[in-house]
Amino acid sequence: MNGIEGYQLPLRLAALGFLTVVIQIAAVSQITVFGVSVDLSPLVVASVGLLAGSLPGAVFGFAVGLFVDVALVQTLGVTSLLFIAIGYWAGRLRELRDPAHGLTPLAVGAAATAFAVVGFSLMQFMLGVRAPVSWLLLRQVVVTILIGTLLALPIYALVRRVVQGSLPDDPRRRRRRAYTTGGLSPLQRPSAGR
Amino acid sequence: MYDKQVRRRRAVLVLLVVVSLILLTAYFGESAGSPLHSVQRGVVTVLSPIQEGASRALKPVRDLFGWFGDTARAKTERDQLKAQRDRLLEQVAGYQVAVQENRQLRGLLQIDSNGLDAYDKRTVRVIGRPPNNLLLDRLQVDAGSSAGVRIGDPVVADGGLVGHVSFVASDASFVTLITDPSSSVSVKVLNTTGDTGLLKPSVGDPLDLLVQLLPRHARIRQADIVVSGGFRTTRLESLYPPNIPIGRVTKADPEELASDQQVHVAPIADLRHLDFVQILIGPSGSDGERAQVGP
Repeated sequence: MNGIEGYQLPLRLAALGFLTVVIQIAAVSQITVFGVSVDLSPLVVASVGLLAGSLPGAVFGFAVGLFVDVALVQTLGVTSLLFIAIGYWAGRLRELRDPAHGLTPLAVGAAATAFAVVGFSLMQFMLGVRAPVSWLLLRQVVVTILIGTLLALPIYALVRRVVQGSLPDDPRRRRRRAYTTGGLSPLQRPSAGR
Repeated sequence: MYDKQVRRRRAVLVLLVVVSLILLTAYFGESAGSPLHSVQRGVVTVLSPIQEGASRALKPVRDLFGWFGDTARAKTERDQLKAQRDRLLEQVAGYQVAVQENRQLRGLLQIDSNGLDAYDKRTVRVIGRPPNNLLLDRLQVDAGSSAGVRIGDPVVADGGLVGHVSFVASDASFVTLITDPSSSVSVKVLNTTGDTGLLKPSVGDPLDLLVQLLPRHARIRQADIVVSGGFRTTRLESLYPPNIPIGRVTKADPEELASDQQVHVAPIADLRHLDFVQILIGPSGSDGERAQVGP
């Protein structure tokens, strides 16, 4: 891997995170469906975790969360904490289970949206927002999760398209490696001493 | 090799969590003029032109999505408004006579006609909105302290109250809407007795506003107009000037009024589809933060 390739993933993720937050604030948040606005950022963080692994997922989650908190003048650290967990656990799911089912991003997107909405509400309650918990609030939380679930697959496809080609074990890289090294990765290559 | 990777991953994770907790703790204990708030203010100032550009560029997309919801809602609203129009036409004749008399009497007493003449009305563009509107309902506009905007300035749109300015950077500000859970507005219902109460949003359905603390036997009817109360005491003054229209009563159930002392109100301003709002910049003498509700 040469120097430019090494920076490709961080650069693409930085651009993805910046555009996600700007588009979210400037346009997506102003569209309401059944009274709730759509939140793309947890879906993007979960998708990055699923595609790139736990460490990039956690770092990306922290950065996007911090950017959201700064840009929206919210209490710093709240969204970062939630998004670190989302990015990390999505990445761990990929590393431990490597789920191949096509609907995995749907389940992960639903879980990420649920965690973000419920976690954000709990954090706000703990930080002193005084609001009674009602059935209406729970209904809105459920609607938000449903909308997040519906958008999970297209968002995952979009994120995969953006980071494609720069992932450490990207299928295209594997094909290229197979062509040049006979199918063995440098890690798999038997050493001369053994 | 594997152990090293695991250790590195855990170390980074712990580091990120610790940094987040430090930021959270530091920010929570800080005052509005402290370093972290200043950094936020700087970032908002830098980002606001980018957000403004993105907001303008993506307006057609927003409008397209808004069109679907608007069409469904418009049909219901049309029927309600037709019924309301018929009722109001009956009242108009009587009111016109009253307005004429009122104008003559005010002329005699030399009273300011609506109390808003002292305010400079600045029209600003909405450039952003937080994604989570369940517990934080705010919007970002493209004017800040350089345009004379100050914390506490009232904000109106579509002829109705929208909220007040809660954060100011040099070229951008945040407006906390009347649908935010932290919002409370002292209001007056324009019924026969002019009952006063406190306007708060319903949690989970912010567009359903509640006027609370009303008299148990208040004679309030559907379609009654609710306006800002604009109280003033020796210690506190409301953020909002009096008589700004806020909403119409949508449900006034006598049983609910007797038990919970509240009626339901729909805001006049379309708070979910705002592209422009007006900030009422007060006279320079009234600088500083003002109270939102009385003690």
